[in-house]
Amino acid sequence: MSDLMVAIVGKYNYWLCIILMMIGLYAMIAKKNLIKKLVGMNIFQTSIILFYVSIGCKEGATIPILEHRADHSVLVDAAHYINPLPHVLMLTAIVVSVSTFGVALALVLKVYRKHKTLEEDEILMQLRSE
Amino acid sequence: MIDHYPVLIVILPLLFAFVVSGAAWIRESLCFPLTVIGMGLSAFFSVRLLGQVATTGLVEYRLGGWETPWGIGYHVDYLNGLVVTVVTVLAFINLIATRKNVEQETPEKAGAFYSLYLLFIVGLTGILLTGDLFNLYVLLEVASLTSYALIGMGSGRAPMASLNYLFMGTMGGCFYLLGVGYLYIMTGSLNMVDVATLLPQLFNSSAIVMAFIFCMVGVGIKMAFFPLHMWLPNAYGFAPTASASLIAPLMTKVMVYVLIRLILTVFSVDFAFVVLKMGDPMVWLSSLAIVAGAVFALAQKNLKRMFCYIVVSEIGYMMGGVWLGNNAGMTGAILHILNDAIMTLCLFLCAGTIFYRTGGLDLDRLKGLFQKMPVTMACFVTVALSVIGVPPTCGFFSKWYLISGGLQAGQYGFVAALLFSSLVNVILFFRVIEISYYGDFEDHHGHGSSPEAVMEAPASMLVPLLIVSVGLIVVGLYTGGIVNHLINPILMKQGF
Amino acid sequence: METIQSIKPLIAVLVSICVIPLLVLSKKANVREGWTFAAAGVKLLLVLSMLPVILNGNQIVYTLAEVVPGVAIRFRVDALGLLFACVAASLWIVTSAYSIGYMRGLKEHSQTRYYIFFALALSATIGVAFSANLLTLYLFYEMLSLATYPLVTHHQDKEARTSGRKYLTYILGTSIGLVLPAMLVCYYLTGTLEFSNQGFLAGACNRGLAAVLLVFFIFGFAKAGVMPFHGWLPAAMVAPTPVSALLHAVAVVKVGVFSIVRIITGVFGTELLSEFNLGVMICTIASVTIIVASLIALSQDNLKRMLAFSTIGQLSYIILGVGLLSPKGITGGMLHIAMHAFGKITLFFCAGAIFVATGKRNISEMVGIGRRMPWTMGAFFVGSLSIIGLPPTGGFLSKWYLVLGTLEANQMTFLFVLLSSSLLNAAYFMPVVYRAFFPPPEKAMFGNKIQEAPLFCVGPPVITAFISVALFFYPEPFFRLASMAVRFIGGN
Repeated sequence: MSDLMVAIVGKYNYWLCIILMMIGLYAMIAKKNLIKKLVGMNIFQTSIILFYVSIGCKEGATIPILEHRADHSVLVDAAHYINPLPHVLMLTAIVVSVSTFGVALALVLKVYRKHKTLEEDEILMQLRSE
Repeated sequence: MIDHYPVLIVILPLLFAFVVSGAAWIRESLCFPLTVIGMGLSAFFSVRLLGQVATTGLVEYRLGGWETPWGIGYHVDYLNGLVVTVVTVLAFINLIATRKNVEQETPEKAGAFYSLYLLFIVGLTGILLTGDLFNLYVLLEVASLTSYALIGMGSGRAPMASLNYLFMGTMGGCFYLLGVGYLYIMTGSLNMVDVATLLPQLFNSSAIVMAFIFCMVGVGIKMAFFPLHMWLPNAYGFAPTASASLIAPLMTKVMVYVLIRLILTVFSVDFAFVVLKMGDPMVWLSSLAIVAGAVFALAQKNLKRMFCYIVVSEIGYMMGGVWLGNNAGMTGAILHILNDAIMTLCLFLCAGTIFYRTGGLDLDRLKGLFQKMPVTMACFVTVALSVIGVPPTCGFFSKWYLISGGLQAGQYGFVAALLFSSLVNVILFFRVIEISYYGDFEDHHGHGSSPEAVMEAPASMLVPLLIVSVGLIVVGLYTGGIVNHLINPILMKQGF
Repeated sequence: METIQSIKPLIAVLVSICVIPLLVLSKKANVREGWTFAAAGVKLLLVLSMLPVILNGNQIVYTLAEVVPGVAIRFRVDALGLLFACVAASLWIVTSAYSIGYMRGLKEHSQTRYYIFFALALSATIGVAFSANLLTLYLFYEMLSLATYPLVTHHQDKEARTSGRKYLTYILGTSIGLVLPAMLVCYYLTGTLEFSNQGFLAGACNRGLAAVLLVFFIFGFAKAGVMPFHGWLPAAMVAPTPVSALLHAVAVVKVGVFSIVRIITGVFGTELLSEFNLGVMICTIASVTIIVASLIALSQDNLKRMLAFSTIGQLSYIILGVGLLSPKGITGGMLHIAMHAFGKITLFFCAGAIFVATGKRNISEMVGIGRRMPWTMGAFFVGSLSIIGLPPTGGFLSKWYLVLGTLEANQMTFLFVLLSSSLLNAAYFMPVVYRAFFPPPEKAMFGNKIQEAPLFCVGPPVITAFISVALFFYPEPFFRLASMAVRFIGGN
């Protein structure tokens, strides 16, 4: 029993990621409104971003900005700082996510201009009757 | 200059994309020449790079001078040297061939179209040349985003199709990113070669297995491997002609390259075949993909959609070849990347040419096309022979290696699927050839057909089409050279 | 035995391909026909020029490109290949002359396309004749299938479309579905595909696998008309008669049979086959086709369809001869390639001439035509003698050797098959001739309105009939080539 508790509580960051991912996936697949699908996609991408960021954490470590001491020496001890690399990688990933969102919004706008609706089933009906 | 080829191939189109974008504001007619220059330079440097790789064996380039594994390294060996040459040269040919299509379909957006074209090539060449896993993700998304935009530029059902492609493609990219994340957690590195040295002692960890599976699924979605192919027929079928003939031949093949790179270089052959034992089920799935693609293609009434399902089938060929696990199979898969890119380009160029002249690609609108467009149809017959697998076209030789590999590995289901696919392709293509050969029966009573006016396509479309068709035969005849000098060295190194 | 490197085989193949642009560009019909004759003449000269070398016991080889490890696109001219090439090349000239008469007599459309694809088909035929290995053979075999499609469907009407479909289904379906996997299995077993005197499969497979491969090859080369994949041949009779004559009496069908002969002698080898006792299987398959085809021919009214079924039967004679695995049998089979070609082409030419002069296709409508078209029906008579196998025609020689072959191999059943099929051949040919020349008075058709067909239609059949007779007295060089080929198969 305690193993299970450790597995769930100790790795809560992973569990949060999974939950967010599932919410995102659900929204992308089950929702009919295009904007809601987009939001789901964004949630999905965000979950992965959070996953990466969370793995950089270390116990008792601080943010990765060099700490200056009173005597002007600099403490450079890797264990003291959390890993900055995932953060950097995720900056890129956030940019990618935002640009994807932008492109998707442009496409949704185009679809809206043509079909005057954002509901997928109505759009499909219109397309079938063409 | 020569030292910087790897990065120039990627950066030049990027710079030119911005210039083209700016030029679109000033004068629209400048866009095309600028794109041609940018694309041409990239293609030229790729060929030179391939020559370099052929002499020295491996070209490593460090971006910004940072040493790997801390910096991003470009790692060019025979495999990506070959594929990047193919990609850039075919994109260049396509650029010239589809100029009139762009004018016809999206005239007011030419500037945007051409800069997106160049950005797409930036993405693809970057994926091909990079030696860093995360860099690959970034460039993968660059390529994907530009392809969504290129497809969405069309009219009719294109925006909706592109949106669906966007959803599925983003999922694919995210899965790949997740896989890379797992790899990073376990090895602490993002450089492909570095990860490969760190992985062997971790083979039994479930995180690595998950990483592999996530990467496979992600790449599988992007390469439209059955049953993850749902986005492809709509996306390529409704895209504007020039976009379809750019993206269809290149995108999925580059994804196959990514798969091969992951198996050969990062995860190593041992892991994929011995530890995970994924060879057999994957070959069965590929056989299913081949058969499904062929059967769906039979049901299509539109030429371009038929081609899309043929692409799905061809991806099955390549995946099967990779997962056969022997020299012949892998050779066949890599050879087929090259051959299929040329064949798909030829197919879509034919469709584009026919669409330019006749305005429609439904099968029953193709009547009497042999009279009206003899040269185009001659090229169509050549590429049909290549897809069916008739020597001396290149398609025959990749089939040869794939079937040999299947026989060697004892995968008779795969061999049967390949033969079935050839026979179905005979039906598919001869159906089209029949319709275009016979025209209407009411006009003639068997002797003499009314001479239809020859409405052949303009030279700027025909000449590239002819070059690509002749290329099919030339590449076929040179198969021996390609396999011996370019493909075998890759496989020898990996112990195949 | 020397092997000489020479580019002649490649040129012989390419001559007709090179003439295609000239055919496309010629503005006048006479120029176009002139180029066709020129190409045919050059091809024949090239083929004949290689004759002395081969008759001395040497071979000519030329390699084009090594496309797969161990397999190249390579030409090798040996006795058997040269025999076939001589037949094809010499008959092309005759057929070109005939085509002029026929196509112009009927004012056919798309004649340029016709001559272009004819040239291409002949290129492919010579390519098959000179192939050094299975891959090259397969390449030219497929090229022939595709080049003949526009010829078969020349008329572009509904009938042409259905027949064309049947043609492709049978021929491409079998070659891709049966020959390709068999070829790849052979490569997998031995790593090579070169034809060799003892057969390159020697020692590489067991009886069961050999039997399966043999079946795949025999039925896979559907151009040989082995039943049940013979259906394309009667369907292909919708083509214009010169096409039926050259291609479906000589080029296409002989390519199929030639390929099977190459398989038996060059891939499996007579020793392997006699060791596994597979010769009997080959002969049985062939005999079934011979008997059934002759029976069906009896029931046909359309002259060309009757000739088609006769061809199907005659092709299996060749397979039977080679399947006997005895020297005389193989000689007879190879000789029959030549003799049957000359005889059958005469018959087809006559059928076409009759159609041009009278518009008639059915035998029942040809009563009494001999009076009006004596030359044509005379040639028909000689041709049918050759097919039945009676002296003084060349067909007798090849049948004689086939009979000797059955005696040599101690296969009495097949002797019986040969003799009874000759009787059947007589049964369906002789009535045609008899009724043409000696009609009962009240049934005689054709008043004085009908006269002989144009010269270009009558000349060729007379020439080939004459050659059929001449071959009886002087069967060189075919006989020497066949004997030489058989000697090499024995391994001397």
